[in-house]
Amino acid sequence: MAIDELEKKLRPPEVQLAPYPSKVITLASGETMVVRECRREDTPALLGTVYPLLGVAKDYYDVVAARMYNEILAWYRYRIANMFTLVGSINGEIAGIVTSRHVDSHLGMSLHTLTIKRGLRVGAQLFAAKMEHHLEYLKEDEVWIVAESPIGFKRWMIEYELEDRGSQYPAVRHELGGVPTFVLTRKLWDAVRAVKNTGTRPVAPEVLKTADKLTMPNEYVQLPGWKRNG
Amino acid sequence: MGARVGIVGIGHCRFGNSSDYDLVDVIAYSANAAFRDAGGLALRKEVDQVFVGNMASGLFNRETAVASALVSRMNMEPCPAELIENGPASGASAVKMGYMAIASGMADVVLVAAGEVMRAVTGWEATDIVATMAHKEAEYNMGLTLPGFAGMVTRLYMEKYGLTERDLALVAVKDHDNGAKNIYSHVQLPVTIDAIADGPSANVVNNYVAEPLRMYSTCPVTDGSAAIIMVNMDSPKAKLFKKKPVRVAGIGSATDTHVVHNRADPLVLGAVKLSADQAYKMAGIGPKDISFAELHDAFVIFELMNSEECGFFERGKSFLAVRNHETDINGRLPINPSGGLKAKGHPVGGTGVSQIFELVRQLRGEAEEGRQVKDPKYGMAVNFGGFGNNVITTILAKD
Repeated sequence: MAIDELEKKLRPPEVQLAPYPSKVITLASGETMVVRECRREDTPALLGTVYPLLGVAKDYYDVVAARMYNEILAWYRYRIANMFTLVGSINGEIAGIVTSRHVDSHLGMSLHTLTIKRGLRVGAQLFAAKMEHHLEYLKEDEVWIVAESPIGFKRWMIEYELEDRGSQYPAVRHELGGVPTFVLTRKLWDAVRAVKNTGTRPVAPEVLKTADKLTMPNEYVQLPGWKRNG
Repeated sequence: MGARVGIVGIGHCRFGNSSDYDLVDVIAYSANAAFRDAGGLALRKEVDQVFVGNMASGLFNRETAVASALVSRMNMEPCPAELIENGPASGASAVKMGYMAIASGMADVVLVAAGEVMRAVTGWEATDIVATMAHKEAEYNMGLTLPGFAGMVTRLYMEKYGLTERDLALVAVKDHDNGAKNIYSHVQLPVTIDAIADGPSANVVNNYVAEPLRMYSTCPVTDGSAAIIMVNMDSPKAKLFKKKPVRVAGIGSATDTHVVHNRADPLVLGAVKLSADQAYKMAGIGPKDISFAELHDAFVIFELMNSEECGFFERGKSFLAVRNHETDINGRLPINPSGGLKAKGHPVGGTGVSQIFELVRQLRGEAEEGRQVKDPKYGMAVNFGGFGNNVITTILAKD
């Protein structure tokens, strides 16, 4: 598409972010989940995976799905700066998605974590991968984090013992809104990464190939009875 | 000895997260299922007594007098109804009360229903509420929780007998394999030893909860309920129920010191042994006669220790039997064919009745393909209240 002058002004400046190297995690079920950075051609599968969850109020899936849909779409259409998306897939089927944003060399802005396949700590592994990208590859000093759901609060704020900077509002204010901002500092990350973050690299080519073309789940535990092709 | 007591109806809900539902409705669901199993809801009018097992609805749900609420919810007034609270052994205690009511001649038909809705609070709050059963001054006020306690006991057992973390994982693999096939189970996912013990991601995938106990050494926080209908097998009323009774062959119960450090050896669960011995004596059988067992494994170390106290294995040797697959579904003595508390889940006050439900299903031959014990004669359940300080053992027989 030719980019006219107005479109140029509407697009954020493109910054080449350090890539996230793919990894593979063996889940408790014995299934292997490939975690990799999303590409533009993944967008239809990502949006199609998120869309059915827009109507699930339980555990704030609706809020997270709506916001994540917006983020991925905005990223695809060049309306958000320096965003990255990681996806976890099992045999190519999307098991979970995380979104985040590189603000500058000092700061990362964690956006959302959406778990599709429940019961195997997929969300926990993907959140850890997101933090790994911010602190190990993008070399930021800290990541700002908020939670919409109680599960998210338990997983991130409590399990990571994140630093509560809510008292510094509005100086410390997460982009997603006015709820208290919590922070993962490098010191906190160093304290927990051995027990929170895992994965094997490099990923064998035949394993990585399974995640090359992402597929959307046909069923969701969050939507009993719902079938994509039903 | 009093009347012969049998079980003619069983009901169970899918364990998991029922926090959107009222506790009384959750229990009524299983009670209604038990009546349907026994022949129909009209049989409610035949009930002489209702016992409800529940541990802490006042704390989890700000709801009390659950037995009164249940009979009203089920239109069973003026049937007598009482709540039985005995910590996580509330369910088995309610079954014991049902047995006593019939054996004494006070009742011919008893509904025993039990359940808990724990996920109405956070996991941390649930852990705290469960910890209130520990000794207040010596334990609870010191910050001890049940996972913490179990972690210490596991460490002691490891040092004394050579148990490894991998052995704990093997118990979990077996339990999850069974639980994955149980339609009522909370966690219906099989897990592999490579993923939770041997592989490079195991340390994170199977994270520590209370070292050396990991996530897959610990039961989930679960909501759910189960119910049974008990009858005097010699009463004319027994003929009203369509299912052949599964006989209660033996019941035993015992207590131990409330303060765990007052025990000579924390690795000895004396109340389990005493209750099991009583149940064996009443049934006129011994450990070798048991076809399968449901053992209270809120933490997998308890499955091992309980199996030793019940006389199935020598002290300190049970994990070797697990290594040898003796407790697998097709092993010499299947243990926790339901998935146990580990995989099926542990709605504390409901667990004891859920165990009896499983014994009946197995003895009837109604368990799912792949987890049905082959031709069982006697099934045994150990339900554990407190930290082994209040235990009920029940043996059912297929006559």
